[in-house]
Amino acid sequence: MSKKDSSQNSTGLIGWIDERFPLSSFIKNHLTGYYAPKNFNFWYLFGALALFVFVMQILTGIFLTMHYKPDALQAFASVEYIMRDVSFGWLIRYMHSTGSSLFFVVIYLHMFKSLMYGSYQKPRELLWIFGVAIFLALMAEAFFGYLLPWGQMSYWGAQVIVNLFTTIPFIGPDLAQWVRGDYLISDATLNRFFAFHVIALPLALAGLIFTHLIALHEVGSNNPDGVEIKDYKDKKTGIPLDGIPFHPYYTVKDLVGLTIFLIVFAAIIFFAPTMGGYFLEANNFVPANPLVTPSHIAPVWYFTPFYSILRAVPPILNSQFPGVAAMGLSVVIFAFVPWLDKSPVRSIRYKGILYKKWLAAFVVSFIILGYLGTVPSTIWGQFPSVTPFLGGSDIALVIARIFTIIYFLFFILMPIYSKKSITNPVPTRVTMR
Amino acid sequence: MANKNKKVDLDRRRFLVGATSITGAIGASAMGIPFVSSMLPSEKAKAAGASVEVDISQVKQETVLTTEWRGQPVWILNRSDKMIKTLEINPKKLADPDLKVASQQPKYCKNKTRSIKPNMLVVVGICTHLGCSPSPRLSPKGDMGDKWEGGFFCPCHGSKFDLAGRVFKGSPAPTNLIVPPHKYLDENIIIIGEEEKDKA
Repeated sequence: MSKKDSSQNSTGLIGWIDERFPLSSFIKNHLTGYYAPKNFNFWYLFGALALFVFVMQILTGIFLTMHYKPDALQAFASVEYIMRDVSFGWLIRYMHSTGSSLFFVVIYLHMFKSLMYGSYQKPRELLWIFGVAIFLALMAEAFFGYLLPWGQMSYWGAQVIVNLFTTIPFIGPDLAQWVRGDYLISDATLNRFFAFHVIALPLALAGLIFTHLIALHEVGSNNPDGVEIKDYKDKKTGIPLDGIPFHPYYTVKDLVGLTIFLIVFAAIIFFAPTMGGYFLEANNFVPANPLVTPSHIAPVWYFTPFYSILRAVPPILNSQFPGVAAMGLSVVIFAFVPWLDKSPVRSIRYKGILYKKWLAAFVVSFIILGYLGTVPSTIWGQFPSVTPFLGGSDIALVIARIFTIIYFLFFILMPIYSKKSITNPVPTRVTMR
Repeated sequence: MANKNKKVDLDRRRFLVGATSITGAIGASAMGIPFVSSMLPSEKAKAAGASVEVDISQVKQETVLTTEWRGQPVWILNRSDKMIKTLEINPKKLADPDLKVASQQPKYCKNKTRSIKPNMLVVVGICTHLGCSPSPRLSPKGDMGDKWEGGFFCPCHGSKFDLAGRVFKGSPAPTNLIVPPHKYLDENIIIIGEEEKDKA
């Protein structure tokens, strides 16, 4: 099909290319002729923003690699060298470190949009699963990258996370040793984490983002009303009546969003690049020392909800594995949402109050767990010893356990409450509000 | 063109495709072995992880010597009789008083003091919770409260251990501190990382 309709109108250079490469038809299929629902709102900016941040991370990463040395003896000093001696090195590094935090901000909002508008429901299950895979790869990418500055937090964070593997029954200790390539986090570990961070995972991410977009353009975008725009097409042209071409309409809208995003981004880089220890932790300005543990270890903010879940689950039968398994499950469980949601409607606009309450409870749990993961579990002290059942246990730990349970109940009970929740009638066509 | 008139033997074709695919898949996955193995500790790392010789004649009573083995801190604590007495704790306070978790000490240290010589404790100074390094709180009381009889305290998540590295109940750490394989070369020299073959 491509040859016929693409070479029709094009002459000159474009025409020459189109006879050898499907340039015009590609632009038509994915931009000027890709019809997206006309009722997109604010929440639909974050996909494009995520793509932008991905490209920016790759670009800044390339330039950091020119000066960074993946060597345990030189890594810390080479980061300081980038910050102090390389022209604009500080800017490139802060763009990269702030970019990683904002990547997660954007991705979390992007995921929340899908949960609100049911963008994972049939026929978008695979689109959603590719998205979950991107999220997993992104977490791995961020974790590997965090070791590279070779500061105290890099070192001990990696120590704690790699030690999670040792809790896996039977193969654990050998597996952890294989991941480290040594008996402890060492130069060998740093070198391979560098390889994963700059080659393996960026490639995997690029591939996954590609499949995510292909799947999106195959099934078409969902929208805040959760109605299918392909159901009502212009009989002559076959174009959805409620669709508008992605380019120029949404590219222009995304540019406005991007401008606002870049203002925030620049403000962080120039005025609060460490974000008070949340984006770059204070302990990471101390070189890694394998013999001294900092008094408080916490992951970067975007991992803390999951870290809280890890800490909240007590050891069972002398094994830490249940906590590790719970943490793993808290991420992977997202992949099952398309089959857990039994609601007959997609969008939260028509899903009914029961579903809204559960989604709100989930968001609150996620935020509270996220906060608790950044602080020591003794932060709120202990229950007085006279308290029944809870005497002496850490208050923050008990709170984390309660919200861990709510976090999982959101998913586990979803088949029940999504079915039970009384839905409102869904309009046949999209609404503009 | 001998089999011009013959029908295509679909079964034969399916078998050949299957057999070729399986053989190819086995070959391709065997190719994974060198890559996976390349990530194991190298010979250089193994050599650096070799045994360490320590002269313990310098370790005075009630003091700890910290040495390094495989990049981890190893504590050598010379316990006084008074310290050894504190090990007669009510076993209900300990998570694993009977040393049931075999990986935490060699067989020859599965005894009341978790050591070869009763006074000399050799233990890896890495918390069994998530790998932080606890700090010694050898003397009783102090900042650890009136009931503290001496031991080790992990600053990361608050795990408490006694003077034999046994973990107290209620700590996040699931098991006791690890006693590394070690042996006495003579009265004053310990080798960490090697053990007497017949006892191991």
